[in-house]
Amino acid sequence: MAAAGGARGRTSFQRRPGAGPRPPALPGTRPALRRGQLLLSSGLPSLDCVLGGGVAVGTLLLIEEDKYGLYSNLLFKYFLAEGIVCGHELFVASAKEHPDNILKELPAPLLDDSHGKELGDEAAAVKSEDLQDSMKIAWRYQNLPKMEVSPTMHTKFGHYYDISKKMSPELCQSVKFHSFYLHEELPFEPKMKTWNMNSGYARLLQSIQRIISQEGFDGSDPQQKQRNVLRIGIQSLGSILWGDDVCCSDTPEDPQSLTKFLYVLRGLLRKSLSACIITIPAHLIQNKAIMERVTNLSDMVVGLESFIGSERETNPLYKDYHGLVHVHQIPQLNSLICDVSDTKDLAFRLKRKQFTIEWVQDNYLRQERNIYPPGFSYLLKQKDSAWGEGSLQHSTFLMSFLAKAAAFASRLVRHSEPREQTGSGRIRQTAELRMWRHGHRQEAPGLLVISA
Amino acid sequence: MLAELNELLGAAPERPDAGKFTLLRDTQTDGSFLVHHFLSFYLRAGCKVCFVALLQSFSHYNIVAQKLGVNLAAAKEQGQLVFLEGLQSCLDLLFGEEEQPGQPNPLQFLSGSSPDLRALFDFVRVSLSAAGSWKGPVLLVDDLSVLLSLGAAPVAVLDFIHYCRVCVCCQLKGNIVVLVHSNEDSEDEENELVVNSLCHHSDLILWAEGLATGFCKDVHGQIKIIKRLSLRRAAEQDVVQIYQYKIQDRNVSFFARGLSAAVL
Repeated sequence: MAAAGGARGRTSFQRRPGAGPRPPALPGTRPALRRGQLLLSSGLPSLDCVLGGGVAVGTLLLIEEDKYGLYSNLLFKYFLAEGIVCGHELFVASAKEHPDNILKELPAPLLDDSHGKELGDEAAAVKSEDLQDSMKIAWRYQNLPKMEVSPTMHTKFGHYYDISKKMSPELCQSVKFHSFYLHEELPFEPKMKTWNMNSGYARLLQSIQRIISQEGFDGSDPQQKQRNVLRIGIQSLGSILWGDDVCCSDTPEDPQSLTKFLYVLRGLLRKSLSACIITIPAHLIQNKAIMERVTNLSDMVVGLESFIGSERETNPLYKDYHGLVHVHQIPQLNSLICDVSDTKDLAFRLKRKQFTIEWVQDNYLRQERNIYPPGFSYLLKQKDSAWGEGSLQHSTFLMSFLAKAAAFASRLVRHSEPREQTGSGRIRQTAELRMWRHGHRQEAPGLLVISA
Repeated sequence: MLAELNELLGAAPERPDAGKFTLLRDTQTDGSFLVHHFLSFYLRAGCKVCFVALLQSFSHYNIVAQKLGVNLAAAKEQGQLVFLEGLQSCLDLLFGEEEQPGQPNPLQFLSGSSPDLRALFDFVRVSLSAAGSWKGPVLLVDDLSVLLSLGAAPVAVLDFIHYCRVCVCCQLKGNIVVLVHSNEDSEDEENELVVNSLCHHSDLILWAEGLATGFCKDVHGQIKIIKRLSLRRAAEQDVVQIYQYKIQDRNVSFFARGLSAAVL
């Protein structure tokens, strides 16, 4: 069956008629047949790989903001920009900036095919899973990008964006856009008083439900032939601007408002052709119990930790990167297993035009986190795994240690004192280890010295 | 139904137990495969099942149950399965029209009119009392911890479970299976209170934990099976068995610790 994206060429595989429900051919979506889901791109192909193919329709992607909200804002904009490029409808809610201003700041898509292919090369080469299936005969084709670039924009899954340029207003106006700016909304209506929820959240839920039912995203209008996907973006949920003090105090007055909101939103999303991205300032929420509950109520949770202002900024190990990506949760929807990628130590970097998420050499991170005691460092594997599993490989740490030890030993042999034929001399010879340097004897740092 | 888990538990669909309270607990991993197992097990055994699914939609369970060999839609039509979809009734409560007086919404506590879970218990009682031609009734709750997130007090949740135990286990001689989330160093005290209390009252605890050393491709986690014999007879000790498991597409394979297929 030809993929819904239409990007691949025709295959000879013929689908048996009546073999099962045919997934609808919506623009910008890709079916995940094994799980019976429709996937959307999050705007960042590397984030799609991390999330197991993309954001499934009907699910919620929660981004825990980094300290200054810079990078999470970028992810938010990528999601919306992808929606515009694919022709989906947008719903943007914010209490911080007006959604129209957010729309003006979206990154421009890279429509040039050759440029996209080049970036695709880069992104594909970094992925580590390719190490297993290296080609033996057709090795020249090893580094071709996994994602094929097609001439038309709408049928491709996952696009690249140029952050240094803004999206053109004509492109922005080409899709239907609904906005919710909290400070411009009418105050709560009488029926909502029985909701027992923060009024800002309640208004937002009412607004989302109204859009979903009016525009027919929940399939309530059978007359509508051309169905579309709704992308919902909510910025900085839980911050004080929404009227919720969960970020300010340890004992908020209504700790369940946020979780109730997420539950009702989950119900709305599951019933409609929509996907939602929410950024939440998790670093401000002091009551960790609330964050645990919020994590349980979301489908995918990705946390960003930027290096700005932390000691890692000057750490040479991280000189290429701007922060770490923590994947806290991946959904197990419609199947017993979840398609989680093997790589767990991810970092992001913001180049002049592009934002990417990559796998970091996790041996360095392990040393930094000091998880394993130093004596067992030779048992480190290249990737995260349990102890008793698979074959053991020597780590680069051990190799470098051995190299240094060999060099040290050879230096000892070359520069040691000539042996004297006295008893005390020999004892002194074996007990003291000193290095000769610049004609003076120097203590080898960290080595035990027993002077006779 | 996972055949290997049946062997480990010593259970068979031909003779399901009666009057048992099983607690499914997960820590740092997703224990929902246990819920899918028990759902298909009791449906195969011919019991009448009331499934309170608070966190996921019907199609999610349906698709997984088909892989495990049970058709949920058919069971629902025949009346063997009573499915309460929490998400849908929540939407009906908040966005729907005025409710009919004869059928109160089970999740009424959300609108704050009554602080306890009485409406939910009434729903369970009514659906399981009319057993019909099926064998013993079974109550299955997916994720009791969600009730705490929705504003129910922990005491209300414990009361609800207590009432259900009296009704289903003692009066109707049925079984209850409940899933809760917990964490080792969790700061969620209300959740820990509920989980600890339920642990003391359950006959069988299946505790799915993630591996302490982190994510592994071949071993997805570890399961502790605790048979609480000390609950019924004071002189006996609890039997604890620990296995590791790997989840595949249609099956979950269990093996002794350290003896996964990747190592042997």
